[in-house]
Amino acid sequence: MFVCLGISGCVTVPTGFLKPNKDYLEKRQLQIRQYDTTDQEKIITSVAGVLQDLGFTLDASETQVGFIAASKKADATNLGQVFFVALLGGANAVGSCDKSQIIKASVITKPGLDGKKTVVRVTFQRVVWNMRGEISRVETLKEPVLYQNFYDSLSKAIFLEAQQI
Amino acid sequence: MKKLRNYFGTIFVLLMIVILSGCATTAANALMSKESQVKLRSIQTRAFDTTDKKKMMQTVISTMQDLDFVIDKADFMLGSVTGSKFLGYEVVAMTVTVRPKGEKQLLVRANAQYGIKSVEDPVTYQDFFTALEKAIFLTAQQVD
Repeated sequence: MFVCLGISGCVTVPTGFLKPNKDYLEKRQLQIRQYDTTDQEKIITSVAGVLQDLGFTLDASETQVGFIAASKKADATNLGQVFFVALLGGANAVGSCDKSQIIKASVITKPGLDGKKTVVRVTFQRVVWNMRGEISRVETLKEPVLYQNFYDSLSKAIFLEAQQI
Repeated sequence: MKKLRNYFGTIFVLLMIVILSGCATTAANALMSKESQVKLRSIQTRAFDTTDKKKMMQTVISTMQDLDFVIDKADFMLGSVTGSKFLGYEVVAMTVTVRPKGEKQLLVRANAQYGIKSVEDPVTYQDFFTALEKAIFLTAQQVD
């Protein structure tokens, strides 16, 4: 028993978490787009503009390496979830329902391998808090719609910038 | 009999000391790690035959993104990139720094934390450098 206590007292660090998953190529496809321009400055200013369009605030940036990080707070309440949890577990259990979330985005732009294009890659993550104010979930977002929306807005923004609107 | 009880008492106290001190949380821990400084450096550092710091940093960022990290900060002058990712309910935070070594090489150093623990396992870092090597088409060289 003492040995158990002694061992379980400290959390052990798992291994292998810096190894790419099998689906990393798929993820790249989701997160990366290329634009036919070498004008990095135009792309990165457009990215900042789009993040603002989508309601993000910029947290950090290093334009020399083409990097921008941004975040936004959003509501995470799901009425269906609240209803079912209340039905099954009563009013107390509702505390474990999702309440709010922070969505983090990080974008990197860099020259393409052929030197004629600019590659843009975005990743989204979210942290969800429950009604008791505890962190209930943390995850990397994988919904294609989200990435599609981002790049649709970016393509529009690049066009708008080019037209000086 | 009394002597025997004393004997067990001592063992009990000693065991408690071992168990309770297993996770010491004194302020002194802030600057300490289990491995020796030299060994830790060699686990966490590799040299690459290139001087293109910008490209190296961008490759570090894309490798970290491949590994599900969201990049939180980057600084070109320091050559540092910091990112985080979630593993179950713990946060893995990692900082990678890129700096010149001599005239022809760059040193890349990664250090990761899992929750409140520093990651000191050589294989974990090797995984990262293997991924980085593939992304930049260069061989990572062990440094002493």
